[in-house]
Amino acid sequence: MADTPRHPIESGAPDAFQYMHPVFIKNFGNWAYHDRPRPGVLHHVAKSGDEVWTVRVGTQRQLGPYEINLLCDIIDKYADGYVRFTIRSNMEIMVTEESKVEPLIKAIEEAGYPIGGTGPSVTMISHTQGWLHCDIPGTDASGVVKALMDELYEEFTNERMPNRVHITTSCCQINCGGQGDVAINVQHTKPPKINHDLVANVCERPSVVARCPVAAIRPAMVNGKPSLEVDEKKCICCGACFPPCPPMQINDAEFTKLSVWVGGKHSNARSKPMFHKLVAAGIPNNPPRWPEAAEIVKKILRVYQEDAKDWERVGDWVERIGWPRFFELTELPFTKYHIDDWRGSRRTLNASTHIRF
Amino acid sequence: MAENKPKDPKRHATYLPPLEEKESSKPFHSTPMLDQLESGPWPSFVTGLKRLAMRKEHGDMVVDLLGQLEHSYNTRLGYWKGGTVSVFGYGGGIIPRFTELMGADGKPMFPESREFHTLRVQPAPGNHYTTDMLRQLSNSWNKYGSGLIAFHGQTGNIMFIGTTTDNTQHFFDEINEYGWDLGGAGPCVRTGMSCIGSARCEQSCANEPKIHRVLVNNFLDDMHRPALPYKFKFKVSGCPNDCMNSIHRSDFAVIGTWRDDMKVDQNEVKSFVKAKGRKYVVDNVISRCPTNALSLNDDDSLDVDNRNCVRCMHCINVMTKALKPGDDKGVTVLIGGKRTLKIGDTMGTVIVPFMKLESDEDYDQLREMAENTIDFFAENALEHERTGEMIERIGLVNFLEGIGIEVDPNMINHPRESSYVRMDDWDVEAEKWKQRKAEAAG
Repeated sequence: MADTPRHPIESGAPDAFQYMHPVFIKNFGNWAYHDRPRPGVLHHVAKSGDEVWTVRVGTQRQLGPYEINLLCDIIDKYADGYVRFTIRSNMEIMVTEESKVEPLIKAIEEAGYPIGGTGPSVTMISHTQGWLHCDIPGTDASGVVKALMDELYEEFTNERMPNRVHITTSCCQINCGGQGDVAINVQHTKPPKINHDLVANVCERPSVVARCPVAAIRPAMVNGKPSLEVDEKKCICCGACFPPCPPMQINDAEFTKLSVWVGGKHSNARSKPMFHKLVAAGIPNNPPRWPEAAEIVKKILRVYQEDAKDWERVGDWVERIGWPRFFELTELPFTKYHIDDWRGSRRTLNASTHIRF
Repeated sequence: MAENKPKDPKRHATYLPPLEEKESSKPFHSTPMLDQLESGPWPSFVTGLKRLAMRKEHGDMVVDLLGQLEHSYNTRLGYWKGGTVSVFGYGGGIIPRFTELMGADGKPMFPESREFHTLRVQPAPGNHYTTDMLRQLSNSWNKYGSGLIAFHGQTGNIMFIGTTTDNTQHFFDEINEYGWDLGGAGPCVRTGMSCIGSARCEQSCANEPKIHRVLVNNFLDDMHRPALPYKFKFKVSGCPNDCMNSIHRSDFAVIGTWRDDMKVDQNEVKSFVKAKGRKYVVDNVISRCPTNALSLNDDDSLDVDNRNCVRCMHCINVMTKALKPGDDKGVTVLIGGKRTLKIGDTMGTVIVPFMKLESDEDYDQLREMAENTIDFFAENALEHERTGEMIERIGLVNFLEGIGIEVDPNMINHPRESSYVRMDDWDVEAEKWKQRKAEAAG
């Protein structure tokens, strides 16, 4: 490399207006109202009287040149050449004439892409990288999502849930997928297996010790080499030590399980934002289609669909009917593991006689 | 269900060219597990990978990627390890991946994808693209990488997945020339996220793309050269519906809101009641207000107790034509949202209940607050500790003193419950409050 290296242009986040649909630029900050003419279509009206229809398309998130050209050809031919993505990897295609909506939908559907994910539907799952690209995954992400969205396809293309349903999946306990109405997360059940021959060369031991939430890791000499040991009685199998110290392998074909959590919500609508809560665990990590996890998710969604009132998110619904009824309706076992024992957990206990019979 | 028989099989999500058209040289590995993910109505990423694997350029890389992924499906373990790869001048923004899957001879079992790095690239606020730009990015990536692009990752980046160490630099140089920059990876300021907001949404109370760029682009040095205790994320939502999940998923959440009365178009209210019926309106709007601030009158008009409205957005979400945010718009700032590790989840805490964002001075004030927060975080957080965890450890008051912000009752759900506290300076603190009240009253 005799060449002088090129210095980067530190341009940061680009200006959005160069890529925005002209109707957005013209009416920026001056919209009047919106409605949904059909599932998968949003209709916004500006104070100027301008209208825009947005068609929402479900994607597999990972797109190659074939998919990009296929979809862009349709957008160029049937829409206006502008597109945006929601944070749940749905494509949004905008047109300013109502007559263009149906032909656009037809073209998208003919190309094998679903229209939906608006209003009270199950929208695309926000997910992580999994075995495709992550360095610490307990399971896959894209495969779990593909399997689940196949099962929930009709709930994406229709709006027949009480309110919007955000599902998330996460391939380790860091939970990059985030809070969800239903969250499917990895839950390790056994402490890390340590390859003591490698620790000294690979891991910065003090920072690994500091990572442990329960102070279960100590420096130790093992086989005459500096290494680390885990107090397995204290260990909560969270996997925090594994990213900075790969010889502390937390993933296991059998003992890395899946868990399901419900009631997470980011919005401030009605109730304040909520964390999701554990409802099921010990679910086998079973590629390629994870049927056991899918069954539990489908059961929860069926019960929510039948029992919740309009506009109640999963968390709102459970708050109203109470947790005992949730376990009764979903037929999920209630165990000692559902009772929180982390710091501040006393606030999660029922200190009242508010009980439903 | 989706059409199982495509009208034009060559232009369909399920299309795979015949094997004789495969231009890459390495034969496909047997992938019975992954093949099962090609059926079903949802578009299949496996079919997408197979199409990429047939390309002349970098196809062999994807052939081996499929091989390694199938191996993961069989053994239920992942096989990537991190490393250090960056572009000239930057210390972050690349997610390096090297295969750990070695055969008995100590050589990679899937050598073509032994390096499979991702570049994180910052999208424009609101994730807007022209088709021309999508094709241009795709073409650049086809030249230097696998062709696989994720729109978008959980931090908000465009993720260009799969290239070698050498090509990382070439690809970055090319797209950097036409306006794209790397995002954050590691202990640094991360890529920002903002909702579509004012561009299309009548509920927006802010100029999201401006806030996004004012904040993130002020910290590019802290983004491209990671030197903070841990990651720091900005997210912007235009209203309390918080479509960007900023309260929980960012260290610094800016959320649009308003402080005057909600706008009510009584004629539209009456039309809505007429169309939906009183029972629907009472059950789905009036009784859902978290502070009982709504009342339906006998003439089907709506009374709003604006002093007790907490801007939750529910009634506005239901009655999009009749109800709107007020005119005196601004933002609420919450600090310290994060996910699990290390202490458990934290939601952001209200630090600024309301501030205007109109003049240049207003934006300067917001930028300064972000600078103070990041400076204090860099100075006081432990290694690998997020802002919310630092606040949990040192207490909110110490943090507020550190960034020069006065206490406010909007920061808490309720005052202290524990009597274990020394209050020697009660009179001094009470006097400060009285002074502030007097100043505010002019």
